[in-house]
Amino acid sequence: MGIVVVGLSHKTAPVDVREKLSFPEAVVQDALRSLSGYDGIRECIIVSTCNRVEIYASVLDTVYGVEQIKKFISDYHKLSPESLEHALYIHRDDQAVRHVFRVASSLDSMVVGEPQILGQLKDAFEIALKTKTTSTIMNKLMKKAISTAKRVRTETKIAESAVSISFAAVELAKKIFGDLEGKIAMLLGAGEMAELAARHLLNNGVKSIIVANRTFERGVELANEFRGSAVRFEDFPDEMIMADILICSTGAPHYVVKYDDVTQALKGRHHKPIFMIDISVPRNIDPSVNKIDDVYLYDIDDLQGVVNANIEGRAREAEKAEEIILQEVETYLNWERSLDAVPTIIDLREKVEETRTRELEKALSQMKGASEEHKRIVEALTKSIVNKIVHAPIVVLKQSASNQRSNEIFSFARRLFNLDKELKSHRHERGFGRKDGSEEP
Amino acid sequence: MNLYFFKAAMAAYLCAAAGYVFYLLKPEFKKGAAASLSFWLSSIGLVFHIAYFGLRWVESSRIPVTSFFEAANFLAMGILLVFIIMELRFKIPAIGSFMLPLVILLMLPAAFVSGDIKDMNPVLKSGWLGVHTSLAVLGDAAFAFAFIISIMYLIQERQLKRKRMGAIFHRLPSLKVMDTLGYKAISFGWPLFTLGMITGSIWAESAWGAYWSWDPKETWSLITWAIYLVFLHLRTIGWRGRKMAYLSIAGFVFVLVSFFVISRVGTGKHVF
Repeated sequence: MGIVVVGLSHKTAPVDVREKLSFPEAVVQDALRSLSGYDGIRECIIVSTCNRVEIYASVLDTVYGVEQIKKFISDYHKLSPESLEHALYIHRDDQAVRHVFRVASSLDSMVVGEPQILGQLKDAFEIALKTKTTSTIMNKLMKKAISTAKRVRTETKIAESAVSISFAAVELAKKIFGDLEGKIAMLLGAGEMAELAARHLLNNGVKSIIVANRTFERGVELANEFRGSAVRFEDFPDEMIMADILICSTGAPHYVVKYDDVTQALKGRHHKPIFMIDISVPRNIDPSVNKIDDVYLYDIDDLQGVVNANIEGRAREAEKAEEIILQEVETYLNWERSLDAVPTIIDLREKVEETRTRELEKALSQMKGASEEHKRIVEALTKSIVNKIVHAPIVVLKQSASNQRSNEIFSFARRLFNLDKELKSHRHERGFGRKDGSEEP
Repeated sequence: MNLYFFKAAMAAYLCAAAGYVFYLLKPEFKKGAAASLSFWLSSIGLVFHIAYFGLRWVESSRIPVTSFFEAANFLAMGILLVFIIMELRFKIPAIGSFMLPLVILLMLPAAFVSGDIKDMNPVLKSGWLGVHTSLAVLGDAAFAFAFIISIMYLIQERQLKRKRMGAIFHRLPSLKVMDTLGYKAISFGWPLFTLGMITGSIWAESAWGAYWSWDPKETWSLITWAIYLVFLHLRTIGWRGRKMAYLSIAGFVFVLVSFFVISRVGTGKHVF
């Protein structure tokens, strides 16, 4: 039994793979229900953002559990299991806990310290709570992840100057245009990140947004959300003349915005500067465009470079953050270990109780002539013997809960009292992994 | 003639320059106390400077703008005056980080030549002297302001293009602001410069009987005047940005050459 993380992120997989494996918000509940039906999966959460797709689960067996999660992913996305093999990373037990905490604290983000990921994690948790696929373990894990992230944010400077890509984009735009009042931004393609950047620009005074999306309807939808306007994707080279800021994220595997498009647009703009942000991977704007006068082209790496340069002593702060994460992982594991004592103790109690009642009934059936009084005395005797015998082991189990080697002690206790056969049924019905979620809010 | 006020002004400018450069290079000091201190130092320096100018005027009983020392001093004073006015209006301390060192550079040559009061050609004694030189210096000062802004523009533009942001990235204003300010300075300086040339030619007519005599300084000034005219024209038809910054710098190079080279080595009426 343990916690596993199976996933992929911007560090391990290109955007086209991430896209294939992503779980759009609308299907997450459905996916969670499907995943929790797989053998050995007791609790699960799906985190799906534009930079990562991860599944956190509490499983009966960490090796088997990972296999089941991989099976779920390939079943759900109708991909061959082999095609997943290279893209996915796997973390188990304490490494899994550490990974979740690092993600929440934005140490694993493309832009380290950016605050969006915590919100996305909270949303993922919220959905899993609603779908009732979490219980004690995942609830505790997520709450601990959130509090760890908050600790990292308040105790280190990682988040202070850091700042998401869209924040960096706005800062740069201000250094080009002065203030953004009355400026027009154009979205080429409508990814989540482009949307976020657009929203940020609107908050900073940009007057309106033009959306050019391959599916025109989706473009209209988005434009309505921003009170902007939608144009046909094919028309973007002409519409670009209007745009002071262009955000490109079409997901196309080649350059969409070409050198000549931009020189043409610039002529139409009488050489008013244009700020281009290419957040697509692979890039969609021909990098040579940056050579044109009055064009400032930034791709995702450039933006990250700007953000990194902003953060002084980032390495030192990151070290501090990692230290906090280690401490928090330790306290979480202590809690989890203490949890392990409970089922072992229950199993032990029930095992001896069962033996006691069985043997008592046998004895009583042979004592036909005995009075009720005597029967009560015998019963009390068995109870007191049994309690005396198990008292010491139970105390030891409770005490060793926070011990590093507690797992060894618990498994030793199970073998000593031959509890393992009964163990599984317990875990399903009465352990801490209740599926109804009534145990924890 | 003692140089106390001159030296005090120079010292104040030096301190202000140091403060402004510190402000520029240390964006982590958010409050910018160095900048406001430097602004006060610049203002105090200017007061000393004006006091010195006034004393010298009284002593020589004419406006002290005729020797090289006096002219350089007068130009530096004009630039400082324009800077203080612009700073009060726009509050961009980063300009000071470039402007104060420039002022010191301009005053340095003056420190190496004689500051003695010399007699001047009686034929030039005229009310036009003050009017002509004041207008020309104010025009030059505005061009100097545009020059500084253009250099800052090019630095900032380069950082944005190369995506390598130094410490000064945060202190330098936006491209748009600098582009506009440079244009404003030139559109304010050019008419003054033009008036300076016109009054000079009227004065020349009364002194020598000819409005224009292709004196080297006159020729260079005419080129300078034409460059800024081209600048203003291109600007009205929509040119902006990097090329205009280069043009503004080129214009000021002519100003400098005409002020520091033509006046020293050439022949003609403007030689000090």
